[in-house]
Amino acid sequence: MVSTQEYKVIGTRPIRHDGLDKVTGRAVYGADIKLPGMLYGDVLRSPHAHARIKSVDTSGAEAMDGVIAVMTSADMPEAGDKIVDLGEGEINLKYASNHIIASGKVNFKGHPVAAVAATSTNIAREAVRAIKVEYEVLPSAITVDEALADGAPIICEEMVGDDLGEEVKNTNMASHFRHEFGDLEKGFSEATTIVEHRYDLAMVHQGYIEPQNATAVWNEEGRIKVWVSTQGSFSTRTQIAGVLQIDESRINVVPLEIGGGFGGKIPIYLEPLAAILSKKSGGKPVRILMDRTDVFDATGPTPGGWVNVKMGVNDEGIITAAESDIRFDAGGFPGSPVGAAAMCVFSCYDIANTRIDGYDIIVNKPKTAAYRAPGSTHVAFATESVVDEICEKIGMDVVEFRLKNASKEGSRRADGPIFPLIGNVETLEASQASPHWQSELVRDGGNGKLRGRGIANGYWFNIGFKSSVNLSVNTDGTVMLVEGSTDIGGTRVSIAMQAAEVLGIPAEDVRPTVVDTDSVGYTDVTGGSRTCYATGYAAYNAAKSLITKLTTRAASIWDLSEDQIEFSEGKFASKSDPELSMTFKELASQLNDTGGPVNSTGAVDLENAGGSFATHIVDLEIDPETGKTDVVRYTTVQDVGTAIHPSYVEGQMQGGAVQGIGWALNEEYFMSDEGAMENASFLDYRMPTSLDLPEIETILVEVPNPVHPYGVRGVGETPIVPPVAAIANAIYDALGIRLRSAPMNPGRILVALKEKNG
Amino acid sequence: MVDKIHVKTTINGLPQEFLVDPFMSLLETLRDVLNLTGTKEGCNDGNCGACTVVLDGRIVDSCCVLGAEIEGKTVETIEGMAGPDGLHPLQQAFLEEAALQCGICTPGFLVSAKALLEREPEADEHRIRYWLAGNLCRCTGYDKIIKAVQKVQA
Amino acid sequence: MHPFDYVAATSVDQVNSVLAEHGKRARPLVGGTDLLVQLRGGRFELDVVVDIKGVPEANVLDLNGSLKMGSAVSCATVYENEAISAAFPGLMDAAELIGGIQIQSRASMAGNLCNSTPSGDTIGPMIVHGGQVNIVSSSGSRTVAVEDFCTGPGRNVLEDGEWVLDITFPAPSSSFGAAYERFIPRNEMDIAVAGAASSLTLDGSGNISEAKVSLAAVGPTPVTVGAIGDLLEGKTPTAENFEAAGKIAYDAVSPISDMRGTIEQRRHLSGVLTRRTLAKAAERAKAG
Repeated sequence: MVSTQEYKVIGTRPIRHDGLDKVTGRAVYGADIKLPGMLYGDVLRSPHAHARIKSVDTSGAEAMDGVIAVMTSADMPEAGDKIVDLGEGEINLKYASNHIIASGKVNFKGHPVAAVAATSTNIAREAVRAIKVEYEVLPSAITVDEALADGAPIICEEMVGDDLGEEVKNTNMASHFRHEFGDLEKGFSEATTIVEHRYDLAMVHQGYIEPQNATAVWNEEGRIKVWVSTQGSFSTRTQIAGVLQIDESRINVVPLEIGGGFGGKIPIYLEPLAAILSKKSGGKPVRILMDRTDVFDATGPTPGGWVNVKMGVNDEGIITAAESDIRFDAGGFPGSPVGAAAMCVFSCYDIANTRIDGYDIIVNKPKTAAYRAPGSTHVAFATESVVDEICEKIGMDVVEFRLKNASKEGSRRADGPIFPLIGNVETLEASQASPHWQSELVRDGGNGKLRGRGIANGYWFNIGFKSSVNLSVNTDGTVMLVEGSTDIGGTRVSIAMQAAEVLGIPAEDVRPTVVDTDSVGYTDVTGGSRTCYATGYAAYNAAKSLITKLTTRAASIWDLSEDQIEFSEGKFASKSDPELSMTFKELASQLNDTGGPVNSTGAVDLENAGGSFATHIVDLEIDPETGKTDVVRYTTVQDVGTAIHPSYVEGQMQGGAVQGIGWALNEEYFMSDEGAMENASFLDYRMPTSLDLPEIETILVEVPNPVHPYGVRGVGETPIVPPVAAIANAIYDALGIRLRSAPMNPGRILVALKEKNG
Repeated sequence: MVDKIHVKTTINGLPQEFLVDPFMSLLETLRDVLNLTGTKEGCNDGNCGACTVVLDGRIVDSCCVLGAEIEGKTVETIEGMAGPDGLHPLQQAFLEEAALQCGICTPGFLVSAKALLEREPEADEHRIRYWLAGNLCRCTGYDKIIKAVQKVQA
Repeated sequence: MHPFDYVAATSVDQVNSVLAEHGKRARPLVGGTDLLVQLRGGRFELDVVVDIKGVPEANVLDLNGSLKMGSAVSCATVYENEAISAAFPGLMDAAELIGGIQIQSRASMAGNLCNSTPSGDTIGPMIVHGGQVNIVSSSGSRTVAVEDFCTGPGRNVLEDGEWVLDITFPAPSSSFGAAYERFIPRNEMDIAVAGAASSLTLDGSGNISEAKVSLAAVGPTPVTVGAIGDLLEGKTPTAENFEAAGKIAYDAVSPISDMRGTIEQRRHLSGVLTRRTLAKAAERAKAG
């Protein structure tokens, strides 16, 4: 289903404006910056997952030639228990501060303990090694079950947990919440088939290729300037202001090009350390780069944990009740995306009776962060596996069952909201009709290999929030677009296209620039699949405003009133006199002589967003002798709203699917008993390479989002939701084994095959 | 401490002369000494290919080479790929096919793909995927990268 | 990283003298794909690395029935040589699957051997091809079979001041075949969970006159399973006999469980890969 609206720019595939710099190596990323007199920083990190810091002796580092400044938590301002919202959820500033640099205790391996600035990278690295820390190593809790067990070590000792509204002390459970709807017991009593299983997932990392970095100057006026790789320059500013306790207006965040984020570059890590080291070295710029091990050990992966799903259906194949228990490891401080998981767990279905319990549990692992539809992949693994098991039990086609129970406009999501116009049914129907689903699966892969096919659904709600865009007209008829959304994957072009559509000019004639926080209005993070939607909306508003102003100008040139002029097809024209007509470009050329420059701004704060549904189909080939799985065909089908730039929409679908494939098959934090990630390198973390994948086919279903002028839905996150479940279902189809623990790697497949075959 | 080493070499066809710490990698040398920051660091241990350059005709991970090793050799980086006549066809194809998202892996992919097409202009899809397996991309799922390379072959 | 010096050696004597002077604090450098990464990771410290890629004798790649391969010759140089690839298929299998193209352009088989990890992909193939290691130092030279070179994980027979100049392989007979396969969860860029190198020689009547199997990543050093040779000698190259050889491999190995695989998985894979590589080696032996 493709939207029928006729557009001139939207739906075309112009070359992105920032592309040239990126294919020539000229684009400046965070680590590329070099400032006069710059010092090089490094961070001392805890080798232990859980320990009390008894003493830190920095004298060895301070005595080294070339070492300019050394810092510990003693250099951080005292942090109180203040709750702040940093763009993607609330956080306690004290935890935020202790997370940046450990005070008294380390809660995970890699937790910063001290930092150094020196005249070279290698001197800084050597100086860090010269710092002596005395630790009292404490027992650690690595999994949610360990952390909730009797006698578990308490990780955040002063934390008061929230158990369904009751305060709990001396616990690792930061929160336990519940969503209830209908009558669960009645619903299950109406069911004739009930399936219940628990699904476990390992912690995984976003795996962006560019490590975190930060460069800072804290000058004599008390102003801080930081150059960073971030998904949100304004949220970075808020976080720095919070932990350093200075006014936001005294901080300027310069977002450089960002080498991937997927949610992991929303939290700050190095910025306050670089700023303090700069201050201590007399205002010299200090640059700190993480290495890959630091990234795995000490940035924000997405949680491991488990999801229990119980689902009942009646004889007609209608889901009568569903219940879920979701337990996520938050890492060393509270704040996993379990809340989002609860919003997604049953969202693909219209279910009358539901109950969802969510638990946020502290463990001795890195503090988790968002990762592309955070939490939704976990719950889809459980729900979509259970749905397949039910279909097998009741003998119903897996797509027919999903269609029969599909959520649609007016359905109630289990946590409360009523769905507006959504494309769940349309996506399922497009999947059913797809060449892939219609093709016959050849089950014999040759050489003893067995093939199977799986399908799964996924949902992400997407967010709106705040964005700002400024436009200014050049006399040659081009338009400068200034925005606050950092561009991770081509949003400059998709935002510029929305402005160009309004202005009736080619996308190439709108020149987008991402600027620092001093130079544009507040803009929320590039996350939640909001950028093309919300910043695009701001660009639309700014462009509409620009047309209004230009209409006024045309009116003054022609000595008419504004209401006598119409703007369409890129032309300003008199409604009555056919002789009076100017293109956008012709009017632009006259601006300087008819009253001066014309600029406009657009700002939005969008409460709602359009949720996006996806269905993925996968064919696998498995070698039963080795447990090796290869993906041989993969199709992603998604309701994308209106595809502004279809190539980058397809790119989001393909990239998300492949991250999900990696998650399903091999990726995991492989933890030692002591709480160290043993595979903290790209070598052993095993993300998919080009040789591990087939073509990723894409089918774009366009059900326009009613609350966006062009119908844009967020598209970036949903594609990572179905793959783990789709692959689990395909493995079952191929081998008859139901794996309920991710990753479903060759070792696990071998064990399951042995159990099945004896 | 050890003394810096004097190196004379050719980078992107131009003679270069510089001093470098003997323990400094070619990656650091390119980026921090020569300001050729188009070559990127993703892992610093030879597992992502973001730092791929051509050294005497072969692609290598510059993180696993010392800067001092390029004395008398020739090095080609992303900065040397486009010439006065414009972009290399692969660069153009990457733009047209949207074969990049964040762009951090793009220089490494372009350097590797160029070397592949020079050696094996007829490489099939499997061979392209094999040759590029030393370059990780986390954004695209590789699909559009492979198609961009194939577009240049066509 | 402890600062170290760099010497670009141009002669065997120069390498010898640097290594003699610095002992444990110096090592030869070829590809750097292990050495530089280990130094950066703080695994050990050196005062000097000696680049041997400028030493002519270390760059020899001489096929004259037998094969002499200098220690600085990269994997890519080996597999791009069609004559060597045809005559030494086991080496070819391994050279093509190490790392990606970038690593293959730099890494040498001698470097892989001197790194001495149990998972080293080229070590087993060099063993079944009968490689002999030419070890040199300022006090002379000695020869050690590849099979006897590794003494433990990351450990080998090299004494302070010694280094590998080249490795020599005897001329394979026309009825010789060899193969290497490893198991990894991806299709490239991984370390072997387990690997098997096999070689076979067939006699005039098509029976196996000699068989050798060396397994990777299933013990502290490459595991050469003599019992498989004993079993197969005089037998026909059939699936049943290779299956029986796989069972011997399963019992012969002593792997550990770690992030890359479990004990049982590795034993199982040792059996599967032994069977598969013997079959492939037999095909190649028959093809001559």
